Amino acid sequence: MATGSLFKDEATEEKGERARMASFIGAMAIADLVKTTLGPKGMDKILQSTGRGHSVTVTNDGATILKSLHIDNPAAKVLVDISKVQDDEVGDGTTSVVVLAGELLREAEKLVNVKIHPMTIISGYRMAAECARNALLEKVVDNKLDAEKFKDDLMKIAMTTLSSKILSQDKEHFAKLAVDAVMRLKGSTNLESIQIIKKPGGSLTDSFLDEGFILDKKIGVGQPKRIENAKILVANTAMDTDKVKIYGARVRVDSMAKVAEIEVAEKEKMREKVQKIINHGINCFVNRQLIYNFPEELFADAGVLAIEHADFDGIERLGLVTGGEIASTFDNPESVKLGHCKLIEEIMIGEDKLIHFSGVAMGQACTIVLRGASPHMLDEAERSLHDALCVLSQTVNDSRVLFGGGWPEMVMAKAVDELARKTPGKRSHAIEAFSRALIAIPTTIADNAGLDSAELIAQLRAEHHKEGSTAGIDVISGSVGDMSELGISEAFKVKQAVLLSATEAAEMILRVDEIITCAPRRREDRM
Amino acid sequence: MALAFDEFGRPFIIIREQEQKSRLRGLDAQKTNISAGKAVARILRTSLGPKGMDKILQSPDGDVTITNDGATILEQMDVDNQIAKLMVELSRSQDYEIGDGTTGVVVMAGALLEQAEKLLERGIHPIRIAEGYELASRIAFEHLERISHKFEFDGTNIEDLIQTCMTTLSSKIVNRCKRSMAEIAVKAVLAVADLERKDVNLDLIKVEGKVGGKLEDTELIYGILVDKDMSHPQMPKQIEDAKIAILTCPFEPPKPKTKHKVDIDSVEKFQTLREQEQKYFDDMVKKCKDVGATLVICQWGFDDEANHLLMHRNLPAVRWVGGVELELIAIATGGRIVPRFQELTPEKLGKAGLVREKAFGTTKDRMIYIEHCANSRAVTIFIRGGNKMMIEETKRSLHDALCVARNLIRNNSIVYGGGSAEISCSLAVEAAADKYPGVEQYAIRAFADALDAIPMALAENSGLQPIETLSAVKSQQIKENNPCCGIDCNDVGTNDMREQNVFETLIGKQQQILLSTQVVKMILKIDDVISPSEY
Repeated sequence: MATGSLFKDEATEEKGERARMASFIGAMAIADLVKTTLGPKGMDKILQSTGRGHSVTVTNDGATILKSLHIDNPAAKVLVDISKVQDDEVGDGTTSVVVLAGELLREAEKLVNVKIHPMTIISGYRMAAECARNALLEKVVDNKLDAEKFKDDLMKIAMTTLSSKILSQDKEHFAKLAVDAVMRLKGSTNLESIQIIKKPGGSLTDSFLDEGFILDKKIGVGQPKRIENAKILVANTAMDTDKVKIYGARVRVDSMAKVAEIEVAEKEKMREKVQKIINHGINCFVNRQLIYNFPEELFADAGVLAIEHADFDGIERLGLVTGGEIASTFDNPESVKLGHCKLIEEIMIGEDKLIHFSGVAMGQACTIVLRGASPHMLDEAERSLHDALCVLSQTVNDSRVLFGGGWPEMVMAKAVDELARKTPGKRSHAIEAFSRALIAIPTTIADNAGLDSAELIAQLRAEHHKEGSTAGIDVISGSVGDMSELGISEAFKVKQAVLLSATEAAEMILRVDEIITCAPRRREDRM
Repeated sequence: MALAFDEFGRPFIIIREQEQKSRLRGLDAQKTNISAGKAVARILRTSLGPKGMDKILQSPDGDVTITNDGATILEQMDVDNQIAKLMVELSRSQDYEIGDGTTGVVVMAGALLEQAEKLLERGIHPIRIAEGYELASRIAFEHLERISHKFEFDGTNIEDLIQTCMTTLSSKIVNRCKRSMAEIAVKAVLAVADLERKDVNLDLIKVEGKVGGKLEDTELIYGILVDKDMSHPQMPKQIEDAKIAILTCPFEPPKPKTKHKVDIDSVEKFQTLREQEQKYFDDMVKKCKDVGATLVICQWGFDDEANHLLMHRNLPAVRWVGGVELELIAIATGGRIVPRFQELTPEKLGKAGLVREKAFGTTKDRMIYIEHCANSRAVTIFIRGGNKMMIEETKRSLHDALCVARNLIRNNSIVYGGGSAEISCSLAVEAAADKYPGVEQYAIRAFADALDAIPMALAENSGLQPIETLSAVKSQQIKENNPCCGIDCNDVGTNDMREQNVFETLIGKQQQILLSTQVVKMILKIDDVISPSEY
């Protein structure tokens, strides 16, 4: 009897133990890959792209590493996905979430090997995650009402986040930059209004926060280089030959003379448009699109500073900063809101000329100028700073703060352990396993720092047996230290997101007992 | 016989190119078909019930889907076998008709095929088996009607509806917060239901997902959520008592369908054309403003100039809104979709109490909420979750729950779950079998055995001893004459599904039995499979 195959060619099916093994191994491999980047003494990775030029990225950021990997294992894809979401949602903790999920699966594998049903493990994990979250909620500190202390908290959080990145040498400097930038946002999480400009050259400590706005553009030739009390019109309009937008319109002439006439008319039209713009009573005009030579000349004649081709974000930010509206029609000069600033001037950073707007009407936006030895360094610095900014802006909204350095994990592990002792049935094994997985994070931090993790964790555990302990791992001195004295803090929101997403992902992978892979779509061979 | 001889003794080819086709006939064909059907059922068997497992499906492009939903698994499986494709169709039709029980129907069909195989081996003609199954399915169908219960519900008393939806959700990954999910599903369905006509249009419920946050943040919005932002970054982010103009014409110069050309051959024409063009934009915006709209929602794009004019006249606008969403907005706000600017009138504007833009996470993700609508008949379920696969799975699970709630509104009869209905039917069919003379009797008995397969799979997936548990429950049903005894999957300690509040819809169960019988009958009748061989 011939049993035809059920699936198409090349489609594969893995069942039961094998499927579970495949997903566990895949997930753990990913976790192990990023594990070494965890903590202040974590190492960086070099990523080389397969594209043209083989561009190189050096990074310590979990999300960036995982994003660039080509992965075939479906379970590993789940982990990559949670790391990406963590990046979008809170910005930091992208490595921790993957490591925790990996550890949860590692523990789960042991339990599955002693024949505990995955569903039992899942229900144990769920109870444990809930309990851990409550334990954290009990211990949070909220300093929202005390502005001074709150700022202090932010500073600590920024320093903690940055300490695992390339900026750790100058973390104080950058933490201050980040906190200042975020405080200017006044509670909004829109990081768009913080502009980061990277300029190679100088050293990292030369980076600075500018209260005004810096546009990476040049001022047109022959136009004033410095304007005081500037009135700015921010526009998005075509300043090349103004196209006729009516469909099907085309120019058809029968003689050279007519061409010349139309050319004149066109020029006239442009001149009119420029005149209309100038009639707004401005002395600075910023356009998103190109400004051709002819209008530029007209602007120069009128003594108006014209800046062309500021990209879309730049325009939006400029509109936000100067308080002007982005205009596309110029017929009603009286009702268009113009932007204002005290001074526009050309400044030099390194060898590049930039346009600097200072004394702007709205203080929300600001610019951070990063300086550094190489483009790679700057890229990494930008990512690190972005992480810090994300965390800070989230913390401004949800001001609950925890200590760092493995402290939250120990608190959670303790609570979860207690729960395990109280729970009857097989689930208690799973709950215990959850607590072991939590402890794996401080263990990894210690390992990465080259410390004796077994010894340190045991000490830490004993320390945490006392009520209200604030002990954590002090990586710098290599011992157990008081986190409140050392000023190491983390945002509650980040920790919570790590805990919940990691559990969710582990649960998802645990539930799987079969993997069906379709035949990969054939690429047409290049002729 | 592919080769015949005509009256002169010359060979006469009926099927061309014999060697290029593979062909199976008679018992072999049936057995092959049965084993293919069983293979499909075997894949789904482990997904059944609250302790059922999920499957990872990797698409040809490498995308990963993790799901527990029978219809989705089968749809995304790269199935090549014809019989297996029939099973896929079976699950899909259950999905279209009922929305839930897509796994159960395939498992049931698999069990029926397995029983049929045994009968075939004993030499019973496949048609007789099919007829026996048909008789048995009718008995089971009627028996289900008898053991079903009706429950009353209205706008306020929705507890039973929620319980039924919870039964559906308990087998999915969302069972962590099945209570709140079930509540959301029931409230959403009730919001759009027409209780008098007993009809629910599920198209009015929009399910939107966004990664981030946690599952508990999933919410029901009495209004519409649009994954777009305001066309101009400086437009107001919040509008109260909005009057909405819903347009399907672009804020762009008109593009007549007929081919035409506008020739410019003189300076005057050039200038008039230009003026004309500016007037267009001005007119468009003016018309919107004149009818009193405070928000413009448009299906198409805006020209830069028009965009600024809108901003200038303080008329917030949203562009590139999809057709389906546009329709929902129109329903929710009581507005009319206007295809031309000339046809805008104040009566055609939709009304909403609050329109606001909300930002998420650290990236530039914004969505527009349209709430407190004039007519809250359209609702949105907004799902949050840790990752993309989770959101997709939650969407599927909620779809199942919504379908269940809808079915209950159409027909408020329920049967008890946990395999209790199947066991009860099995007993009834078994008892009825003896009354039939002839070979069908065997087929009817086989049907009863097949019905046992579902509780058996439930017990197996829950880690119980399948045979022992099933026989215990069966004897309990007979002893206590209680059709509510089922498999205690969650280790609650009672077998009575009434106490555990595990309900399923009557029509769902009936449909399962009818559909699976039909497909099995069809498969049994095939005795010749001709397929082109590989080329």
